[in-house]
Amino acid sequence: MTSTSTTLPRPAGFSLDLRLQQPLLIVLAAAAPLVALAFGASWVRVLDFALLYVLLAIGLNLVVGFAGLLDLGYIAFYAVGAYTWAFLASPHFGIHLPFWIVLPLGAAFAALAGIMLGFPTLRLRGDYLAIVTLGFGEIIRIFMNNLNQPINITNGPQGIDMIDPLTIAGIDLSRNLDLFGMQVPSLVLYYYAFLGAVVLALVLVRRLQISRVGRAWAAIREDELAAKAIGIDTRMMKLLAFALGATFGGVSGGLFAAFQGFVSPESFSLMESIVVLTMIVLGGMGNLAGVVFGAIVLTALPELLRHFAVPLQVALFGKTLLDPEVLRMLLLSLAMILMMLWRPAGLLPARTRYAHREGRKA
Amino acid sequence: METLLQQTLNGLVAGSIYALVALGYTMVYGILGLINFAHGEIVMVGALVALQTILFLSSAVPGLPPLVLLLAGVVVAVPACMALGYLIERIGYRRLRNAPRLAPLITAIGVSFLLQTLAMIIWGREFHVFPQLIDTAPMQPVDGVVVSPMQIFTIVVAFTLMGGLMLLVNKSRLGRAMRATAENHRVAGLMGINANGVIAATFIIGSGLAALAGVLFASNYAIAHYSMGFTPGLKAFTAAVLGGIGNLPGAMVGGLVLGLVESFGAGYIEHLSFGFLNSSYQDIFAFMILGAVLIFRPSGLLGERVADRA
Repeated sequence: MTSTSTTLPRPAGFSLDLRLQQPLLIVLAAAAPLVALAFGASWVRVLDFALLYVLLAIGLNLVVGFAGLLDLGYIAFYAVGAYTWAFLASPHFGIHLPFWIVLPLGAAFAALAGIMLGFPTLRLRGDYLAIVTLGFGEIIRIFMNNLNQPINITNGPQGIDMIDPLTIAGIDLSRNLDLFGMQVPSLVLYYYAFLGAVVLALVLVRRLQISRVGRAWAAIREDELAAKAIGIDTRMMKLLAFALGATFGGVSGGLFAAFQGFVSPESFSLMESIVVLTMIVLGGMGNLAGVVFGAIVLTALPELLRHFAVPLQVALFGKTLLDPEVLRMLLLSLAMILMMLWRPAGLLPARTRYAHREGRKA
Repeated sequence: METLLQQTLNGLVAGSIYALVALGYTMVYGILGLINFAHGEIVMVGALVALQTILFLSSAVPGLPPLVLLLAGVVVAVPACMALGYLIERIGYRRLRNAPRLAPLITAIGVSFLLQTLAMIIWGREFHVFPQLIDTAPMQPVDGVVVSPMQIFTIVVAFTLMGGLMLLVNKSRLGRAMRATAENHRVAGLMGINANGVIAATFIIGSGLAALAGVLFASNYAIAHYSMGFTPGLKAFTAAVLGGIGNLPGAMVGGLVLGLVESFGAGYIEHLSFGFLNSSYQDIFAFMILGAVLIFRPSGLLGERVADRA
């Protein structure tokens, strides 16, 4: 995860040997769906979603964690990716393009949307940027909801269904695969496909973080004026962060559409943007391990609550006082507030060579 | 012509409510440089607390005149929201006053969602009917233009409150302290001003106005709901930016202008877009105005402060 030449002391409580850590994680990631399968297929589904969220969180972290730009409309890019897939690979328009055309197209459209949003707004101060991006997300959602008349483009609130599944090398991931007489369930197939995407994303982003671009982002995040003064083209770099972050959103959106087989505006509410933001806040802004951790925890925890909190409440009080959805929102909002008050750097804080996130600023 | 007058009237009603909420945003921003994201939820809490009070009173003491009921609702809702505003500042924001700029903003988003969730737990997910205690029966002073006593009441109350706030800020001792703190709270502290007290007072006053706005909003549209504060909150923020954030008259002007633009926009969007867009796009105007103002005139209509300080 980190270069071994780092001489900074490692924070306490995270001292597992790095040489052991990596193979362990790989084994864990590879075995996870098989373990989950033992508890029921719905848990594999949770894992699949967790990976999609990881992909989203990695993308948003690029914008918020690395470049320090608070984007509250991130889910709009996810929506662009998902709707691109829905338009180009479903009976809605009668177009059925393969994934290696649709996915890059979705990513490109999302990047374009990111540039369109970023171009006029990136000279704004951080908190204004947050509100404008939020507004952008809402505008996209309003359009998705209403562009079913006079010409039906998005099919309105009903959404688009019967979307083509992901088909890689002739293997339709929505069907169980017969592998040497063994049945591999579709959910597990999707898991490995998503895992591949996540690993690829992690490698890319890690390389990016320690590159010239990544260092420029860190400089902008810490002190934009100083960054400008040492010759960084801050406008360009911020735009790049926006576009790349959006690309990740677009890719995970496309995968989401294929996996669900159905998209509707409901899936792309402001709440979803906040959920992804909370994941990186909880895990640790700017730290990839933290971001992955945060995404997994905040996907799995509400599911666990769903399974255990409701029976517990029934046992204690004889009825369900707080339904799982309420518990999830409580969990998310409290996580945001408490993390900012007590551990602003997240559960697994970033420890880069050139950044100190706790730096006090006026 | 009738449509024009009617849209102006509708715009003024919505706009005066936005203006009341916008004042809270702008006061807090002027002093702390913080977008108090949770401010919109105060509107919602105000409306729901007032509703609860009214329902309780009307069942406990039947036969109370409607105006008394409404007054009782306000008398309970305003202090409740003031206390809530104070608590949010004290617990959520005070510790983060010197933190990196993203921290208080993220906390504010968290507080906003926490308040929504708590309201959902207390009042449920359903839409509540807010009793219309002031006559909403339409009158027709001019042919083709419909106005109700409730609408007139809203505009009068909102303007009275705004006038009162201007007096408070410009003439009173507390107002002078607020202006000094907004200018520079360290120096204000050296001059013997209790900056923490002034900041708390700002939150309290803003929350009181928001609570009243909530009651007016719910009375006008006859509805109260746990998520009703979010959109008006965003629009009020837009209004504050439009008028020039940190500037009190700006917030009022911004609120009214936004209300009018929305109302006209919703009325004429079909003509303007050749039938492609309809009035369900009404909410887009606020965001488009927000974007346009921030890009072309970040200091707002009346503001001198430059927003782009990065």
